[in-house]
Parts: sequence; structure tokens; C-alpha cells
Amino acid sequence: MTPAVTTDVPRLLPRDGERIQNWRAHSAKFGRIPYRNAAGSLINDIEASGLTGRGGAAFPTYRKLAAVLEASVRKRVRPTVIANGAESEPASEKDATLLWLAPHLVLDGLQLAAEAVGAESAVLYTHAHRAGDVGARLREAIADRFDDHVAVRLAIAPPRFLAGQETALISHLDGGPAIPRFPFPRVTEQGLDGDPTLVQNAETLAHLALIARFGPGWFREIGTRREPGSFLATVRRADGRPRIMELPLGTPVPEVIGGLGQVTALLIGGYHGTWVPVARAAKLRLDNESLSSVGASVGAGILAALPGDRCGLVESARILRYLALESAGQCGPCLNGLPRMSAALTALARGRAPRGTRADLERWAGLVTGRGACHHPDGTARFVASALRTFAAELDRHGRGQCGATNAAPFLPVPQSAARTEEDWL
Amino acid sequence: MKQRLLVNPIDCDGHGACAELLPEMIALDEWGYPLIDGRPVPPALIKDARAAVSACPKLALRLLEVTD
Repeated sequence: MTPAVTTDVPRLLPRDGERIQNWRAHSAKFGRIPYRNAAGSLINDIEASGLTGRGGAAFPTYRKLAAVLEASVRKRVRPTVIANGAESEPASEKDATLLWLAPHLVLDGLQLAAEAVGAESAVLYTHAHRAGDVGARLREAIADRFDDHVAVRLAIAPPRFLAGQETALISHLDGGPAIPRFPFPRVTEQGLDGDPTLVQNAETLAHLALIARFGPGWFREIGTRREPGSFLATVRRADGRPRIMELPLGTPVPEVIGGLGQVTALLIGGYHGTWVPVARAAKLRLDNESLSSVGASVGAGILAALPGDRCGLVESARILRYLALESAGQCGPCLNGLPRMSAALTALARGRAPRGTRADLERWAGLVTGRGACHHPDGTARFVASALRTFAAELDRHGRGQCGATNAAPFLPVPQSAARTEEDWL
Repeated sequence: MKQRLLVNPIDCDGHGACAELLPEMIALDEWGYPLIDGRPVPPALIKDARAAVSACPKLALRLLEVTD
């Protein structure tokens, strides 16, 4: 793995040429793990820092920590902490890159989070297609550490879009398929083995490890007042190559995506995210306050530019087909709605859609929203609705049997394999 | 204490009994799955809501107490 990495904010990612992936180099740079010798003491600092989850939902990190601590004290059981590095968005590579370049920062965060909630076991969960390179490095990293209070087990997620979803992850670690369950009771209350469980994105834990060392004031030195700190982004410019960038929240979009002249639209937030026309996107900043004005969010930090020679409708139809195939098929609206939505968008993209197809698609997008056990239908509907808005002119062109694209090669990455049997979810 | 209806969409198989018993708050979508009014159940409908909950063959529908 040789990721293209850019950082003007060297917090999580090493500077050019710096290597901190081994324990000795990591310890030399960051010092010992700053244990507090008391469960819960770190939680106040995390609250003051304003750190939010970097896996997509941007939930305040201290609230999850506090909920798990409270539930485990009340139930008199020791919780488990899980570092979620199974980024399942095909367009995202930031967690794999972080685990590759700075594994000990994530593992420090895992130890500190375990101490904060009084956990006695920890799991690092990574994606199957990274099992070879990242998995091997993590195995080595775990074996090299000597100041860990809690043993860390490495677990491999199946290569499914939903495998990183919090309840799917619990189901998988409990020995079942990696498919979501009903979100109540919460995982913080009843997670792994039915006990309170803390699931944090790998990047979130790396930030936590730095806040434990340098304090909440340091964390807030960059970012915005409401959304402090930095985040890792996977950025695809018109050349299609993914770059991993560490950016302060609030960074203006044009500073991140150069060459907007050759671009027609940006996809913000990945395949559960939002297409935004380039003129509008150029005025946005990468924080949720700014992005919410176009119905988008920072999510897991995915930003992709659609080059002017590609067709956004064709790209969206290809991605929607993938999303429909990745439905776990458990909830009626998702099971029925997503394949119909996919067929409709494919027909529209091919210019062979019967009258009323677009209205059907818009209705189905509304109908599936909020009606699944997980957010897969919601995210998929948001993606589709934004495609219909952003590529409205292209939609009309396709209705007349034309297409604005001069390059038919697929642009955004979509895995080829679809789940055929229940084994594929294990 | 107010009560709201909540369906577990994984358990729900779209039998539709709930919508028959409580049409004031539950409609069916074009595939037969319930569209539930998430507002608090008015006192006059609580009895019908309980009947709808009991009638679900998958025990997918619940009445939840909410504090607000």
C-alpha cells in the first residue's frame, strides 16, 4: 500500500518522509501512553475538546463514552471497546491509510478509551480487502506494544458495504452475519455479548489519543468554533486518484479540489452522500454548518469530483445498483424500494425510461427514507435525490436519446462482487 | 405519559393487520409495509393501538412510553 498523502496539519498523519508506524518511532515522537489511572477522567477532556465521531455520524464522542461508562457501572459488567476501521464506503481510504501509517495512534486511543470506560477487552475491526497489507501491519503493531493494559484482538470484516455499520459489526463479532439489527437497545447499552460496548471509528480514537496528550485547548486550535479539530478526507480530483488529506474543519472546498474548471459536480460524503453542482460547491466550506445548506455533511470525509467528460447520471446509476445489491434485504421498504430505484435510474440513464419513471423514482426515494433498521435506505435515497437535482439537464438530454459524456469509462470505484448467499455476510 | 407507535422493520413482514385495526395512524405503502404516524397516540385511539400491537403476527409493532 502506497497512499498519496497530503497534510498541512500534521496531527494524525506523519509529515513527508517521517515514519511512525513502528512502536519505537511512535514512542519517540509521542511519549508514553498518558493513562489517567481513573476510569472516566478523560471523558471531561473529550467533552471540552468538542471531538465528534469521524466515521460519518459526527456524534459527540464524550456522550458515547459517558453512556457506556454509566451503563456498565449500573449493570456491574465490564464493557468492550471496539476500534472500527472497516470503512465500507468504496470511495474511502482514510481509515486504512491511518492504520497503515500511524497504527499506534489508533491503538493508543483504544487503550485510553478502554481505561475511560473501564473496559477489559478491546477489538480492532478492519476490512477484509485490507487483511493482507494493513492487517499484517496491525498484527505486528499489536505484538510490538508493551504498555497496553487491555489485550487487543484483531477482527476482519467481510467485504460488504454495511459491514462497518455499528450493529452489523456487533453481529459479526458475536459470530453472526455482518448485517444490521434493530438499533434499540443501543449498542452502548447492549452490544457485544449483550454487554455495554463502545464502538468508535479508528480516526476518532487517534484524535482521542492526541487530546489525552495535548489537551482540549490544543485540539481546538484549528477547525471552527462549533466544529473544532481536523479530519481525514479521501479526495478524488478530476484525475480520479485518491489522495488522503488531513484538513481543518471549515476548509474551503476550492482549496481541496484544485482545477474546478474541468469539473461538473462534486460528490460530498460518499455513496450515502450528496451531489452538488460545482458552482455551488465552490462556495462551501468543509464543515457541517456550511454543508447542511445543500443537504450534505462531512460524513466520513469523502470528496469526489466528477470530470466534465463523464456523465453524472451514468455514474449515479452504477453506484445505485451497487447500493441496492448491498442492501441486507431485511426491511421491507429497502428490500422493495432499492432495486426498483436502481432499475428506474438505469432506465433513465439509458434513455429508455417509460413516462413517469422519474416521478416513481422520486416517490420511492421519499418512501424508503427513515424506514429501515439502519440508515442504508436514507443514505441511498439522499444520493439518488441529489443526483436527480444536480443532473437535471443531463436527465432531459438522456430523455431525447443524447448524453453529454465523451468518456464512457467508469470513474468512481464500485466493487464487482455482490453478496449471493448468507455466507458472503460472515 | 404519552405513547408512540414504533415498528421494528426487520421483524415486520407486511401482514397489514395493524393498518386494518388502526387506519387513523397506520397506512400501508405500495408494497404492503406500514407507514406509521410517529406522533403521540391520542387517548381516544389508545385502545385500537393496543389491539394493533397485539394483532401483529410478528410482534413487530410496539407502543413506547415517551417522556415529553
